[in-house]
Amino acid sequence: MRTSGTGMLELMAFSLGDQEFCIEVVSVREIRSWTPATVLPHSPDHVCGVINLRGAVLPVMDLARRLGLAAAEPSQESVIIVTHIGNQIVGLLVDSVSGIFTVSTDDIHAAPDVSKTMNKHEIRGMIPRDELMVCFLQIEALFGTIESEAA
Amino acid sequence: MDMNEIKEIFFQECEEQLAELESGLLRLNDGDTDPETVNAVFRAVHSIKGGAGAFGLDDLVSFAHVFETTLDCVRSNKLEASPDLLKVMLRSADVLSDLTAASRDGGTVEASRTSGLVAELEAYAKGQPLPGAAAPAAPAAPAPQSEAPESPVEEAPAPTDDSGFQPVPFSFDGIDDDDELAIGGGASVFTVRFKPRSDLYAKGNEAVLILRELSKVGELQVRCETDDLPSLDLLDPEGAYFSWLIRVETESDEEAIRQVFEFVEWDSAVEITAGADEEAFTAPDAMGEDQPMAAVPFDLSLLEDAPVVAAEAAAPESVPATQEPAQLAPANMPRAAKAIAAEAEKKEAAVPAVPAAPQTIRVDLDRVDRLINLVGELVINQAMLAQSVVENESGGSSAVNLGLEELQQLTREIQDSVMAIRAQPVKPVFQRMGRIVREIADMTGKSVKLVTEGENTEVDKTVIDKIAEPLTHMIRNAVDHGLEGPEKRTELGKNPEGVLKLSAKHRSGRIVIEIADDGAGINRERVKAKAIENGLITPEANLSDEDIDNLIFHPGFSTADKISDISGRGVGMDVVKRSIQALGGRISITSKPGKGSVFTMSLPLTLAVLDGMVVTVAEQTLVVPLTAIVETLQPEKSDIHSFGPSQRLIAIRDTFCPLVDVGNILNFRADLANPVDGVALLVESEGGGQRALMVDAIQGQRQVVIKSLEANYTNVPGIAAATILGDGRVALILDVDAVVTASRGQPLSPDMMLAATG
Repeated sequence: MRTSGTGMLELMAFSLGDQEFCIEVVSVREIRSWTPATVLPHSPDHVCGVINLRGAVLPVMDLARRLGLAAAEPSQESVIIVTHIGNQIVGLLVDSVSGIFTVSTDDIHAAPDVSKTMNKHEIRGMIPRDELMVCFLQIEALFGTIESEAA
Repeated sequence: MDMNEIKEIFFQECEEQLAELESGLLRLNDGDTDPETVNAVFRAVHSIKGGAGAFGLDDLVSFAHVFETTLDCVRSNKLEASPDLLKVMLRSADVLSDLTAASRDGGTVEASRTSGLVAELEAYAKGQPLPGAAAPAAPAAPAPQSEAPESPVEEAPAPTDDSGFQPVPFSFDGIDDDDELAIGGGASVFTVRFKPRSDLYAKGNEAVLILRELSKVGELQVRCETDDLPSLDLLDPEGAYFSWLIRVETESDEEAIRQVFEFVEWDSAVEITAGADEEAFTAPDAMGEDQPMAAVPFDLSLLEDAPVVAAEAAAPESVPATQEPAQLAPANMPRAAKAIAAEAEKKEAAVPAVPAAPQTIRVDLDRVDRLINLVGELVINQAMLAQSVVENESGGSSAVNLGLEELQQLTREIQDSVMAIRAQPVKPVFQRMGRIVREIADMTGKSVKLVTEGENTEVDKTVIDKIAEPLTHMIRNAVDHGLEGPEKRTELGKNPEGVLKLSAKHRSGRIVIEIADDGAGINRERVKAKAIENGLITPEANLSDEDIDNLIFHPGFSTADKISDISGRGVGMDVVKRSIQALGGRISITSKPGKGSVFTMSLPLTLAVLDGMVVTVAEQTLVVPLTAIVETLQPEKSDIHSFGPSQRLIAIRDTFCPLVDVGNILNFRADLANPVDGVALLVESEGGGQRALMVDAIQGQRQVVIKSLEANYTNVPGIAAATILGDGRVALILDVDAVVTASRGQPLSPDMMLAATG
């Protein structure tokens, strides 16, 4: 959680299965459609592999698997959200992108302490939006430690 | 640009100056007597001192200053560049380099090292070679001024400060007897040769202004040398053709004259010698009659409003003034004469020289890398385009094909040119080795001469950065283990001074670096005994000489009986071999007992592209570096032998080689593939062991652009890097050594046993 108290945040919402998630727009570099990834040997389950992003080698993570949700087979409709995590660029595989919205930090509720698979530090909070509940992810916590996971 | 950036530039320049300094000193050591070399060396130290002063790096300034002072004595021919002096200077260059590094990265240089050298340098500068120089307190100028007639040569002034000025003892007896002493009793005569280069004018300086400035120092007699002036049709309007020969009579010292030229020093040849060069001044008079255009005595009073003594009067009078002292001060005058002679020689030789230095710009490496990345993408894009055209080819569109072909050629050319930007000569690394050799020779008490060859061979900067370490290690090994001590060498009838030859050359798209010593060669008996002792080989093993030589590359192998701090146990040649292999290179050794050993490294010219074999493994496309592959073969069923529960060996000619299923090792498939359905790549891995890597099929051979996996992900075991193929997909480049390491089980064969000890 930001300590700044009040302020507006611009967020990008996307869906995984029947759940809505969002991340900060500032960390999104671009969105592109799914292309088959080259499998990396000895990689964790949630690492789909690497793809060619205009000459750069981009690792793609299956976000659903990483969050412990049922993994859907990537299809033509799947999209890859290319994000900055630390000083690396990582692709996140999601089912679809729902849109961008702005929220006041006051409207972000603390996450309830229920989930076993989702660690609390991986979630920045819950945001009610159009009858839906959007889970605000802390992607740095999810993938910030790529190295230690893969090693 | 903030201070740190400027400082960074200063240190970059320092590195260049240090390289210049060392190469200059080495040239002097090899007997080069060109004054320009001394000047270059002096300039290097001077520039470092100047820059260091600006940044308040006091340690650096004070050491550079002492160094400069001594160099100045050499430059002005007051000190002969003897081998002993050069040795001190080379060590000083090392310390200067250390001080620079310490100033940049923090840390300190042992005070004892600097102070010792400072003392030695000062001893040289303060006139060790001059007998009368023991009284440093004696003032420089007053002695001849006050007591000119009585002052004998022996009481010649010694240097009073560390500015580097060392006045030449000069007797005025002869002058005093001569009533026609042109100037006051304390004047000394200097001959200045001033030859501006075109740079001087290009920078907005003007020779006349310099001469006018000089006229403030003393009385001048100036002759303009126009001999170099070409005929009009050959004349470069921006060229510099005139030089001036100036006789200065002044009460000031040489330093004062030098100061006048301070700002044009680098753009002109300035030679200041004590005494007059009479011949030069009398000659024009004789010539003057038949060649009225040639040399006109130049009266500077034209430039200055103040009247100055006209020039022509001085010439005949000053003849005795210089000839007599020449006899009275035999120890010193010949030096001046020699300098003039050297200058004359140099004039003959060096006038047409002064080649225009190729223009260079300093570019941030990141920018070049970005360009290289972009070109890499261009190459990939071009390949993708070509592939999609082939796929959609409905026939007949030859214009497209032609265009594509041209595009391909262009991209290849752009790639080559961009790679050439990163290409750097190996010279700086080779120069660093000179220092390593000196240090180790000192430590081991051996006398070693390092000969380098092909320093200008160019190779990618990353390769240069990475070969320094293995090279250092090999040089240390060669001096420590390869070369014998001087007594032993004399006993053997060899020159007591060992020769280490370091050479670089291009050969078939790779750079080959050789380190050859003329030492004892490899002691095969000892190597073999050691290998048996370490369990690397069985006593019965029948090994060829070459096999034995190659044993030194095995991990944990060191033949030195005693552990020295130079090449101690632990980091052996196996580390060298591994780092060379990590660069995609190979290393080999040839050795002749009693004659010496030659280590040969062959390295790729760049780390940005790689020649690879594209293969298919479990439906994945992989690239295997071509350098690792010894041969490819199609296994026959009869060649495959099961060994143990899960191991298989393949018979290749008369040896059995372990078969490694790449797909299985990389976890692409759980079960082992049938070798008969695939292709075996015989690879050489670290430790010299061979393995047969099983792949499903070979797609072809191609040059690929290396892309880092670490940039956005992390290191993947078994994978060295990634690349992008023509279809736009990412393909992984196999790390052959890692795969082989992963395949190691229990020691199964002598070969495996060798590898397993690592």
